[in-house]
Amino acid sequence: MTQIPLLSLIIWVPIIGGIICMFAGDDRKATRARCIALFTAFLNLMLCIPLYTHFDNSTSAMQFVENVDWIAKFGIHYQLGVDGISVLMVILSTITTFLVVIASWKPIQKNVAQYMAAFLIMQGMMVGVFESLDAILFYVFWEGMLIPMYLCIGMWGGPRRTYASIKFFLYTFLGSALMLIALLYLRTKSNDFNILSFYSIKLTMHEQVYIFIAFLFAFAVKIPMWPVHTWLPDAHTEAPAGGSVVLAALMLKMGIYGILRFSMPITPDASQHLAGLMIVLSLIAIVYIAIVAIGQSDMKRLIAYSSVAHMGFTTLACFVVYKIVARTGDLQDAYLTLEGGMVQMLSHAFSTGAMFLGVGVLYERLHSREIGDYGGVAHKMPLFAAFFMLFALANVGLPGTSGFVGEFLIILGSFKASYVITLFAATTLVLSAVYTLWLYKRVFFGVVTRKEVESMKDLELPEYLVLGILAFLVLFIGLYPNALLKTFHTSIGHLLELSTTSKL
Amino acid sequence: MTPFTIPDFLPAASEMFTLGMICVVLLAYVFFDKNNRGITYFLAQLTLMGAAVICILLYDHANEITFNGSFIIDQGSLLLKIFILISTVFVLMYSRVYIKERNIPHGEFYLLVLFSVFGMQVLVSAYSFLTLYLGLELLSLPLYAMIALRSDQASCQEAAMKYFIMGAIASGLLLYGLSMIYGACQSLDLQTVAAMMNLSLQSQSLMLVLGLVLVSAGALFKLGVAPFHLWVPDVYEGSPNAMALFIATAPKLAGFALLLRLLAGAMPALFSHWQSLLIAVAVLSMAVGNIIAIVQDNIKRMLAYSSIANMGYMLLGLIAGTSRGYGSALFYIIIYVIMSLGAFGVITMLSQKGFEVEKIDDFKGLNARNPWLALMMLLIMFSMAGVPPSAGFFAKVGVLESLVKVHMVWLPALALVFAIIGAYYYLRVVKVMYFDEPMEKAPIFVSSFDTQLAISVNGLAVFFLGLFPTGLIELCQKAFLA
Repeated sequence: MTQIPLLSLIIWVPIIGGIICMFAGDDRKATRARCIALFTAFLNLMLCIPLYTHFDNSTSAMQFVENVDWIAKFGIHYQLGVDGISVLMVILSTITTFLVVIASWKPIQKNVAQYMAAFLIMQGMMVGVFESLDAILFYVFWEGMLIPMYLCIGMWGGPRRTYASIKFFLYTFLGSALMLIALLYLRTKSNDFNILSFYSIKLTMHEQVYIFIAFLFAFAVKIPMWPVHTWLPDAHTEAPAGGSVVLAALMLKMGIYGILRFSMPITPDASQHLAGLMIVLSLIAIVYIAIVAIGQSDMKRLIAYSSVAHMGFTTLACFVVYKIVARTGDLQDAYLTLEGGMVQMLSHAFSTGAMFLGVGVLYERLHSREIGDYGGVAHKMPLFAAFFMLFALANVGLPGTSGFVGEFLIILGSFKASYVITLFAATTLVLSAVYTLWLYKRVFFGVVTRKEVESMKDLELPEYLVLGILAFLVLFIGLYPNALLKTFHTSIGHLLELSTTSKL
Repeated sequence: MTPFTIPDFLPAASEMFTLGMICVVLLAYVFFDKNNRGITYFLAQLTLMGAAVICILLYDHANEITFNGSFIIDQGSLLLKIFILISTVFVLMYSRVYIKERNIPHGEFYLLVLFSVFGMQVLVSAYSFLTLYLGLELLSLPLYAMIALRSDQASCQEAAMKYFIMGAIASGLLLYGLSMIYGACQSLDLQTVAAMMNLSLQSQSLMLVLGLVLVSAGALFKLGVAPFHLWVPDVYEGSPNAMALFIATAPKLAGFALLLRLLAGAMPALFSHWQSLLIAVAVLSMAVGNIIAIVQDNIKRMLAYSSIANMGYMLLGLIAGTSRGYGSALFYIIIYVIMSLGAFGVITMLSQKGFEVEKIDDFKGLNARNPWLALMMLLIMFSMAGVPPSAGFFAKVGVLESLVKVHMVWLPALALVFAIIGAYYYLRVVKVMYFDEPMEKAPIFVSSFDTQLAISVNGLAVFFLGLFPTGLIELCQKAFLA
């Protein structure tokens, strides 16, 4: 391994860049702030290249490990490391932030320095969440990133931004509180807060169920699962386009990541025991939330609900695993399903992120999120319409796009568990097509009726660039999913083994 | 009766230095500084810093008892003294301009602060009931007088009166309780009382428990813990900002010492009694503080309720009853004082000539008018809410961890629920500063360099103690291992 603390650099470069950015001056010097932010984000992206090329796919052990005492008295360490699952999340976060910085080049004109600073600091903290191997360090990053997100929604958001930002903060803060207690409890059974050493603690069923529920509160709010999803539509709708992208592409993934890193391996028996409940909650998200999405008249709200539905798919993938193993006793199908969940998660980040950016592009021109205010946009913005079509189809799960791979694998796997689960899960293929394509039809097709639409201009260079990169990624994952699969294959196997071995 | 020997004066060096300097300050004020040219201010600062340096030098000599067993220095008391002195240095830096602009008698203000600090030092080091009470009164009386210094506002007189009456009742309760314990144990010396209590617990348990209840009520009164909290919001609101700043900070440290000496020092035998008492009080405090703070629109009242809630969290460390718990409680109260210092510091700084910051709405659009001050206030607010990475987070983690360690899981869970309720009103301040449009566009400049420096150090301390809390945590924990 290299001696350079690569993981630390990926966390701290954006944070320090963000702090520098904050002092770049007021809005008269906005370009300077933008350039600093772009440079930092680009530098961070470059740092991910050695991370990816030096990553060893053949082992499930943590790599690039760094370990320093932080608060020795409490057994808290500054301990970082990545496995196949987290390395992809780290790269995903850096790409997303890079795109967000470019995408916000023009739309953000007020408090530019602070905006860029908030995103860069948020970026560092999110990477910290995915890299932490110490539970308290994880918690620090997990909670710490609420601060920039809260400011981001509240300062640059829409008309109801105050309501949305406080709701967002309190909801997620409430969820995480119980997790802290669970972590402190686990610490009494272990020598330190190392997550990996939590895996080997023996826990009774009783304890496991309590800990599982405590974790569930934290992660379910973040994912978000039905019925604690109500903060998301508000936060998404009111946040600026960049904020929505980060929320959809990264923040929600932290919840799933938490389930994979904490709930399943630390409390395998409780997960097994409560898998039925989790599956039911996921199916409700898939079916009910998708129906709710159909009825939305606000574009961002519609995409937000579609996010909830899609995340339901990934939680389904996580917990249907237990049913498959219980039914067939074979890990192979469970393997496929869980990998499907991972692909779904990453694909959702790109397609939904892209759709939010697309709405941002429209909002920039017309200052409205209402579907009814548009119509016939394809006539005026043909290039943009083509891009949006691609992302819409990826959202629906068309073969050839990234959305297909994940959904296909999950539906395939859930067959082994129960036909009923598959039946409900598969409705997504219809429902997501309904809301996405109907949205597309109302916004892009038809005749131009409003004169504001008449004057809309097609994409400019930064928008073109961002959407182009996203389109490439969506197609790349759709056509060659193996690029992802091979990276996390071994780690998923290890995770599955931990998650299905009883700790009683 | 032991024969008279000359006691060892070295442990009391910082107190003696303070007292000597008070005389110097008094003379300097009377003869040279009637026009507030800064001499008194300078000497007062010198006193505080000098005493702090003495405390730091004494740190290795810790654990000595002198004056016939009525005075102790240990690492815990020195640590508290150092923070009392340093926080008072900051108080004076924040309030210098405020005092000057409002024609408050500056010499009297500085002298009263110094006397009060002197009382705090005595209280922190007290090792018998007598010194304890002496220190307490010496600390409280200047505070009452200080609030009344601003003679042009009736609200200040009212606040001073309220504070005095409430404080007198508290002292009375404390004294009554002490007399009962004295009756049962026949000693005023903390060590002897602790030893005697085991013996007399069988025969005198009713008297002892009654004494315990009265003594705790007195001490909790001083700390402003529910249900003895009603004076806190009124006094904070009515006091001039600079005085509220002082009342909200250093005396809390002294109050903590009082409670700790009385409960953990003198009455370990009654642990199960005072533990259940503190549980009730702490839960009530967290509930009352956090819930009532939500509806406040006066920032000082809001901070008062926040202080009530925070005292509740601090008590959690004492409830654990382990040295780890005491250490965490000490860490908590130090961090709280740093945060409270910053919050009131910002309020005092924003109170320009002829304008008092009272309402939360006075912070509207602060980010547009002075982004640096807004950022400092942001750090402090998030730290008070306990959001990482800030010092307030590790303070909370410390007390909660010590409770989980003794297998009380429900109490931390409840505490966190209240913390979330509390997060709302801290967030509201941030919202007002960052999301709302300012009522006036004109930027706010902080004219004096030293206040600017003080708030920067203070705000960044909250942040950096969150990133690197190890040093202070170690010090706090070590204080209770000796």
